[in-house]
Amino acid sequence: MSDEKKPKRQRKPPTKKVPMPEQDPMERIHNFNEVALGYTVELAVAEAEKCLQCRNPRCVSGCPVEVPIKDFIALIREGDFMGAAAKIKETNSLPAICGRVCPQETQCEAKCIYGIRNEPIAIGRLERFVADYARERGEELPEIAPKNGLRVAIVGSGPAGLTCAGDLAKLGYEVTIFEAFHKPGGVLVYGIPEFRLPKEIVAKEVDYLERLGVEIKCNYVIGKIRTIDQLLNDDDYDAVFIGTGAGHPNFLRIPGMNLVDVYSANEFLTRVNLMKAYKFPEYDTPVRVGRRVAVIGGGNVAMDAARTALRLGAEEVFIVYRRSREEMPARVEEVDHAEEEGIKFQLLTNPVEVLGDEKGNVIGMTCVRMKLGEPDESGRRRPIPIPNSEFVIDCDTVIVAIGNSPNPIVPSTTPGLETTKWGTIVIDEETGMTSREGVFAGGDIVTGAATVISAMGAGKRAARGIHEYLTKKRNKQ
Amino acid sequence: MYKIVRKKVLNPVVKLMEVSAPDVANVCQPGQFIMIRVNETGERFPLTVADFDREKGTVTIVFQEVGKSTRLLGTLNEGDYILDFTGPLGRPTHIEKYGTVCVVGGGCGTAIAYPVARAFKEAGNYVITINGARTMDLLIYRKEMQEISDEFYETTDDGSCGVHGFVTTVLGDLIQKGRKIDLVFAVGPAIMMKFVAKTTEPSGIKTIVSLNSIMVDGTGMCGACRVTVGGQMKFACVDGPEFDGHQVDFNELMGRLNAYREQEQVALELWEKEHGGGK
Ligand SMILES: Cc1cc2nc3c(=O)[nH]c(=O)nc-3n(C[C@H](O)[C@H](O)[C@H](O)COP(=O)(O)OP(=O)(O)OC[C@H]3O[C@@H](n4cnc5c(N)ncnc54)[C@H](O)[C@@H]3O)c2cc1C
Repeated sequence: MSDEKKPKRQRKPPTKKVPMPEQDPMERIHNFNEVALGYTVELAVAEAEKCLQCRNPRCVSGCPVEVPIKDFIALIREGDFMGAAAKIKETNSLPAICGRVCPQETQCEAKCIYGIRNEPIAIGRLERFVADYARERGEELPEIAPKNGLRVAIVGSGPAGLTCAGDLAKLGYEVTIFEAFHKPGGVLVYGIPEFRLPKEIVAKEVDYLERLGVEIKCNYVIGKIRTIDQLLNDDDYDAVFIGTGAGHPNFLRIPGMNLVDVYSANEFLTRVNLMKAYKFPEYDTPVRVGRRVAVIGGGNVAMDAARTALRLGAEEVFIVYRRSREEMPARVEEVDHAEEEGIKFQLLTNPVEVLGDEKGNVIGMTCVRMKLGEPDESGRRRPIPIPNSEFVIDCDTVIVAIGNSPNPIVPSTTPGLETTKWGTIVIDEETGMTSREGVFAGGDIVTGAATVISAMGAGKRAARGIHEYLTKKRNKQ
Repeated sequence: MYKIVRKKVLNPVVKLMEVSAPDVANVCQPGQFIMIRVNETGERFPLTVADFDREKGTVTIVFQEVGKSTRLLGTLNEGDYILDFTGPLGRPTHIEKYGTVCVVGGGCGTAIAYPVARAFKEAGNYVITINGARTMDLLIYRKEMQEISDEFYETTDDGSCGVHGFVTTVLGDLIQKGRKIDLVFAVGPAIMMKFVAKTTEPSGIKTIVSLNSIMVDGTGMCGACRVTVGGQMKFACVDGPEFDGHQVDFNELMGRLNAYREQEQVALELWEKEHGGGK
């Protein structure tokens, strides 16, 4: 062994992602305009230049729909942004949406090799950039197979339904989407706020589907106006896809849940996003938000509700979450944005009662402090209440964002459709087919509340499953 | 878009519209409701099915002009279109032969009580109806109700027509006299339903009420319509709108119905300013 030390190799300090311009926090809390402003051409190319173009890229395996990430980034480096957009669209029909709302930090970017020493390549921001670039310049329709004379009904127009519809239309199917609401888009229009996902982008995607020949029937609550069996037997659909999501809000089993100023996040966000209550009285739907708002939960829904309350004029907004920051299921960017905007985090805190006055108005919320114990089935450490640690949060509005369950309307009106004890629909993972022949399902109605991209992936798989099923059936005849 | 094929003014504040919606008309049942949005800036609000014609493909709604949205709807005429008309939602009324059924309708609620009373009659029940309003001008469906009833009563708060008093005055009387009633069905203002339930409670007569909660979607998605029934949280839109009146927490319901009082006032005043006092 030599005493001589080798001259230390000069390592560059770890790099960070090229920052994306954003609205200033103090300004944006007064408006509903988009927070993140997106890369310019220069910023996008600079970020893309950093990509290692790995021979065996890992990022793709982190993407539920396997976007050819390496290839689209290479096209950005060449300045072929339209080509890059087309590349993404080969596997992801909603890139402008995914670029904005996917939890990249646990998916593609988590696998990025460049990210081992540095911040990973900003794949989400690049995806968003090319999708916006292409949308603004007008995209051409892809090739559509000649009509094959087969008809498919899609129930629900969230990301699962939209994706399934798009893929089938391209294969030549006659596709009808039935949507319960008056506007298509599912959570993308009623849940996720304008400042995170402008509704115009969702409308463009829906418009694209219509140009592909997909028919959209709004105000159709399947299970009420028409059953799945009627669609198959009386209305001549050859197959049905159920993508009705997990839209049924959960409440806590504590006193005070029905007080006047207690909202489900679904109600609060639907009033504001779908019904445009933030423009009241120009729009007729009102929303009430007090001075001090407590939002219960730690997911994206909770962050959206909290930041929406702030924008509607609340003076102080608290996130009340029973575990610690590490366990929060929200996207990191949303938590950071919420914090920058001044949302206060009451972590390791669990509500035990919402307090009301004689008129039913909320006057506070009693909570108990928690500590983390052993990991539970989900692998997260189980929160346990600390005895005698009760305290009261002074608030006048409570928003409950502790998760949503599957909507039971379709399962309860479809005999023979197998469901789990949580009310989710059981499917064959490969084909997406349910226990009923010719009936497929995917998205939150199968997995329980999950993500946009996983719903899209499920819609894609089901489209493939439907195509195989109907092709086989036809060949037999 | 759903075309209004017939409009009728029932009284100064209540209007009837027959709306073309063949797929809804095809399947709707008494007791179910429709979510309506009049125009692009409109809010979604529920109206119970007042009647339907499967052959013509129409659904009839009857509404009282209370706030901006119902006023706006009231300005539409035959040949005009309602933007969104979603239904049928909620569970239908459970109709069977009970024996004697007393159907109570208050104000505009009578329009909803009517098809229910008719269905009870068709199922072979002896039907007593009580039709109440503040004053004679506000009584609706008088002839229709009478025609399908075995016994028919009217009440007005001011005594301008029928019995001077409330629907509960007549109902209480019937019970007092020892009339055997097997079921009471009541629909109208929350306060009326509360007192109907109070009136029947001592004698344990099964009492069904049809709740008019605030709703945003009407499909179980928002929970705005949640109500405590028998100590449990229920959603009026999917678990109801009809519940056992003796189990409903009416005080909570009325509190929640008033949630948007102030905003409703703002919207209404603005509307009146823009439309020169409405009408
Ligand atoms: C506030 C909020 C924020 C979120 N943020 C993110 C995020 O940042 N990133 C992310 O990846 N995920 C996020 N999610 C989760 C994501 O939006 C969902 O996982 C995804 O939308 C599920 O898609 P889906 O197609 O299965 O169902 P949905 O989007 O729920 O769509 C279902 C559709 O079916 C309709 N429907 C229901 N019943 C019927 C019926 N009987 N007949 C006809 N139509 C019916 C509904 O009206 C709805 O339009 C968020 C969710 C919420 C609520």
